[in-house]
Order: sequence, then C-alpha cells, then structure tokens
Amino acid sequence: MSMAQQPAQTQSGHIIPADKVTRLPLAYPKPVAWLVCFGCALCLLLIFCISAGVLFWRGIGVWGNNIPVNWGLAISNYIWFLGIGHAGTLISAMLLLLEAHWRNSLNRFAEAMTLVAVICAGLYPILHLGRPWLFYWMAPYPNTMTIWPQFRSPLTWDFFAVLTYLTVSLLFWYIGIVPDLATTRDRAKTRGWQVFYGLLALGWRGSARHWTRWRQSYRLTAAIAVPLVVSVHSEISLLLAAGPMPGWTSTVFPPYFVLGAAFSGFAVVSMIAVVLRHVLGLEMLVTERHLDLLGKFVLATGLMTAYGYCAEVFDAFYSGDKQDLGTLMDRLTGRYAWSYWGAVVANFIPLQLLWLRWARRNPLCLFLVSAAVTLGMWFERYMLLVTTLYRDYLVSSWDNYHPSLWDWSLFAGMLGVFFVPFLLFVRFLPVISVFEIKEARFEESEAQHA
Amino acid sequence: MHEPGAQHPLFGLMAEFDRPERLIEAVKRSRDAGFRRIDAYSPFPIEELAEALDFRDQRVAWLTFFGGLFGAATGYGMQAWLHLDYPILVGSRPTVTPQAFMLITFELTVLFAVLFSIGGMLVLNRLPKLHHPVFGCESFHLATRDKFFLIVFGHDEKFDPVDTRAFLESLDPVKVDVVKQTEEPA
Repeated sequence: MSMAQQPAQTQSGHIIPADKVTRLPLAYPKPVAWLVCFGCALCLLLIFCISAGVLFWRGIGVWGNNIPVNWGLAISNYIWFLGIGHAGTLISAMLLLLEAHWRNSLNRFAEAMTLVAVICAGLYPILHLGRPWLFYWMAPYPNTMTIWPQFRSPLTWDFFAVLTYLTVSLLFWYIGIVPDLATTRDRAKTRGWQVFYGLLALGWRGSARHWTRWRQSYRLTAAIAVPLVVSVHSEISLLLAAGPMPGWTSTVFPPYFVLGAAFSGFAVVSMIAVVLRHVLGLEMLVTERHLDLLGKFVLATGLMTAYGYCAEVFDAFYSGDKQDLGTLMDRLTGRYAWSYWGAVVANFIPLQLLWLRWARRNPLCLFLVSAAVTLGMWFERYMLLVTTLYRDYLVSSWDNYHPSLWDWSLFAGMLGVFFVPFLLFVRFLPVISVFEIKEARFEESEAQHA
Repeated sequence: MHEPGAQHPLFGLMAEFDRPERLIEAVKRSRDAGFRRIDAYSPFPIEELAEALDFRDQRVAWLTFFGGLFGAATGYGMQAWLHLDYPILVGSRPTVTPQAFMLITFELTVLFAVLFSIGGMLVLNRLPKLHHPVFGCESFHLATRDKFFLIVFGHDEKFDPVDTRAFLESLDPVKVDVVKQTEEPA
C-alpha cells in the first residue's frame, strides 16, 4: 500500500498534486483550526435558531417591516444570497460546456457554495410569510378549501423557480462528486470511513459504460443549468418589476439582476478560493492563474453591472415620469442615499484595481476587492427594495424603515446556516474535482502526442 | 449487456494496466480477438474506451429530451387546467394566459429533464449498488486512482480460464487476476 502514501504518478510521469484532495477528508491537515471555525459557525446557527424561534413565537412584528416597506431585510437578503449562489452554477456548467479546463480546480467548492446559498435564500421567503408553517399553500395540491394557487403571480413563479434551482444544483453537484467519493472510499483505511464513503459513492466503479452515460447526463444537465440560472434571477427581478412601483419598472431589470448576481457570486467564489487554497495548502491546484481568471470574471461582470446602474438612471430620465424621477432623487440624495452610494463605492471603486495583473494574482488583494463587492451588492439589494418602497405614489403611505435587532440577528444566524454545511463539506468531502483534473491532463497529453 | 450471473462460477479475468493508452489498445485487441462481453475501468472518463468497446447508448439523451417534454406538458397543462378549474378573474383578463404561464412551464421543463437524465443514468448503470464482484479483486481499489483495468466476463462465448488468461498476459499488463463470484454480504 505504498501507493497511498506517495503522490500518484500519471501515465506521463508527472506527479499529480490533485490526488492529495481525495486524502484530505481522511487525514485533515488542520483539525484544530477547523474545529474553531466550526464552533463559531455553530454559535451563529444557534443565533439563527433563537431568532427564528422568536419570530415564530411573536410574529413578523419583531422585525422592522411596516406597511410601505413590507419586504425589508428578509427579501433583500433573499435576493442577495440567491445571486451569490448563481456563480457556482455558471462556473461549473458554462465553463464545462466551453471546455475551459481551469474550471476543474474551482467547480466543486463553487457548487457547494451554490447549494448552501440557495438554502439560505430559500429560507428567507418562508420565514417572511407570517405564518411560515403554511408555506406549502404555495404548492398546487388538492385541498379541502377547493382552491388553487394563482399561477400568474410572480410569488408562485418564485416557488417553482427556487425549488427547481435547489433540486438541479443538488443533483448536478452530487453526480459530479460521486467518482471522487469512490476514490476516497478506496483510500479509506478504517471500516467506518469505508462504509460512509462507500454508501455515498453509490457503488461507483469507473466502468467505461458507466462513464459514457454519466458524461451524457452531466453535460446535458450543465447545458440546461445555464439557462436555468438566467431564468431564476430574471424571475426574481420580475417579483419586483411585476408590481406597479416607481423605480422597479425598468426593462433593464432581468439582465441587471442576473449580471449583478454573477458579479456578487464570482466575488464570493474568489474569497472562498483564496481562503481554501491557503488553509488546505492547495496552491498547486488553485494557482495564481486561477485567481487571475476569477479576477477577470469579477471585473467583467462588475462592469456589466455598472452598465445596469447607468441604464437605470438613464431610464428614469428618459421616461420623464415624475414618480420615477422622484425615486431616483431619493436614491441619490434621500434618507437611504447611504445604500446607493455605498453600493456604487464598494462595488466599483476597489474593483478598478483588478485591471492590474498583480492585483488579480495577489490573494489578499483579490480577497479584499471581493469582500468589498459582496458588501456593495448587499447595499444594492437593500437600496433597490427600500428606496422604492418607502416612498410610494401615495404620500399617505410614506414611512421610514429601520431593521430591528431581530432582523440583524437573523442575518447573522443565516451566516451560520451558510457556514455550518459548507465547513462540513470542506472537512468531509473532496473539495476539488480530482478526476476531472486527471481527465483534462490526459486529454492535454494526448493532444500533444497528436 | 448483462454481467455474468451466479450460474457462472467465474465472474471473469481482470488485467491491470498502468497507462490509459495501453488499456485502449488492449480493449481494441480483445475485440479483434473476438471477445464481446468485456468491460474497462478507468479513474476518469476516456472517450476512446467507449469507441473501442463499440458502446453506443443514446438512451440518456433521449430520456432527457422526453423528460423535458413531459415537464413542459405537465407545467403548462397544470396551470391551464387548474385556472380553468378555479378561475381567478382580475379585471376581466383571460383565464388561460400563455405569457404568464411560461416561466413555470420552463422551470418544470428543466426540472423533469434533469430528473429523467440523472435518474435514467443511475438506473441504466444499475446504481446505486452496494456490492459487486470486481471489488473482490485485490488491486481494484486503484481503479479510482491511477490504474486501468480490463475484464473479460466469464460468460463470454470465447471465454476459457486458461486460454483467455494467456491472451490477457500477451497484452503486456501489470498483472492478471481472477475475479470470483462473491456472494452479497448477508
């Protein structure tokens, strides 16, 4: 069993650092640091349980929501989390179809990030329902009330979109990880781990027939997942745009939302990539070139989002609508102008650093720019909701909005919902797609021989 | 292709290779030698292997397509039917409104295409499977890492424990192993 101790040799004699990844779950390098992080995440999860408990017990009144601003933090965070999730699917599916081999070092943890982000996002509208235990009323099922859902409502669209997105993301991620789980199963030394990974790996044995069908299914799912991302975040913009509210009616909304989502998501993937490669010692797999490419993606989607900002302002002026102009002025100079300018500054000022090659390749620099973008996109979601809702057409329904303590504690707790499963993934599953790296190497060596 | 059942005392003979090119070559030569019931195992997908095995199966693609059709029909049909069953009249707008139904129709198209695709892939591959005779082969745990395996199944018409072994040895493998039928653990 000397093979298991050494890095594997490939057919062409190169050492594959990738094989290290399937050993990480069995011999995790920094268990104490992981336990400390996991402990903190569990504390956040506890805060989530308390906040949700208080919310269920006392009702939506514990939040700062009021009648003009009835969405508030819950829905702006929902949009923010779901948007972050989209980058995982785009990296994984779009770049797979484009045969960009460098994606293989990033797709696994990006998809895991998608999964947990979609779970966080999906919880928000349910918690926001007022009577969350009746959330299944959104589903069309035969019931004693003899009524059916209103399918022309974006809320029903939302139910189907998020459910589909969650299911597809989970299945895509899972069939992608099965071959690596089989590797981990075959490397496990103790009975317990062999059984654990054996069950997860579904009995995968790498038969050529299995691979052929697997590949068809994986590629087809990828091809379908790309338009799915576009449809899901377009649908979210329609949640806003289908209502007759000033500042929400611009036709730029669907692409603006999708690109903003990709922008914030690529930023979060960059942050995770920087942290993981440092903590797990994966610099050989997630190289500076990967950070460079991620930085380019953040920059490109950021500039497209900036175009959305311009188009929105132009749209308000071009329409000449009094109310639209009023909302625009509220955004620029009103009570919540901090969220507009916060978004503009945090999203686009540090971003300009990414024009420079050294900045994209410097992990700390990329991390900080990405953190600014994540924060900036949070400001943007908040700004889009609150600045429109707090000044409706009717002056009688004007009111200010302040998130309460329980709003903020639920947000903090939701970060626990994000980090607990993600840390479990980092600790117990192969974080990088090893077999796809081997496949790419084989194809590249073949191309060289040819 | 069915794998040998319990009536065949020998599940097959397994040859181990250390390079993918050798495995592809070995598969081609086994096919040329007249073996039909063979399979190859590799740590990553290799397109040439399926070609060498002459394995063409488009059923996953068709399942995905029909899953999508089924999802589209279900999605649109459900909305139209339920609105006819329980009309929600707003400003005398029509009951069945294709524009407003398209999003859910699209989502269900995607959902069922993916469910059929991945579910079909697993069913056709007979997965999940808790137990398989090839796992009894001593060095097979390397098939998910960096070794490449060729098996000639025991129910191949040309299979003969001695001759087939000699043939496999002639392919220049690392070694050849016997894969026995093993009972599922109770």
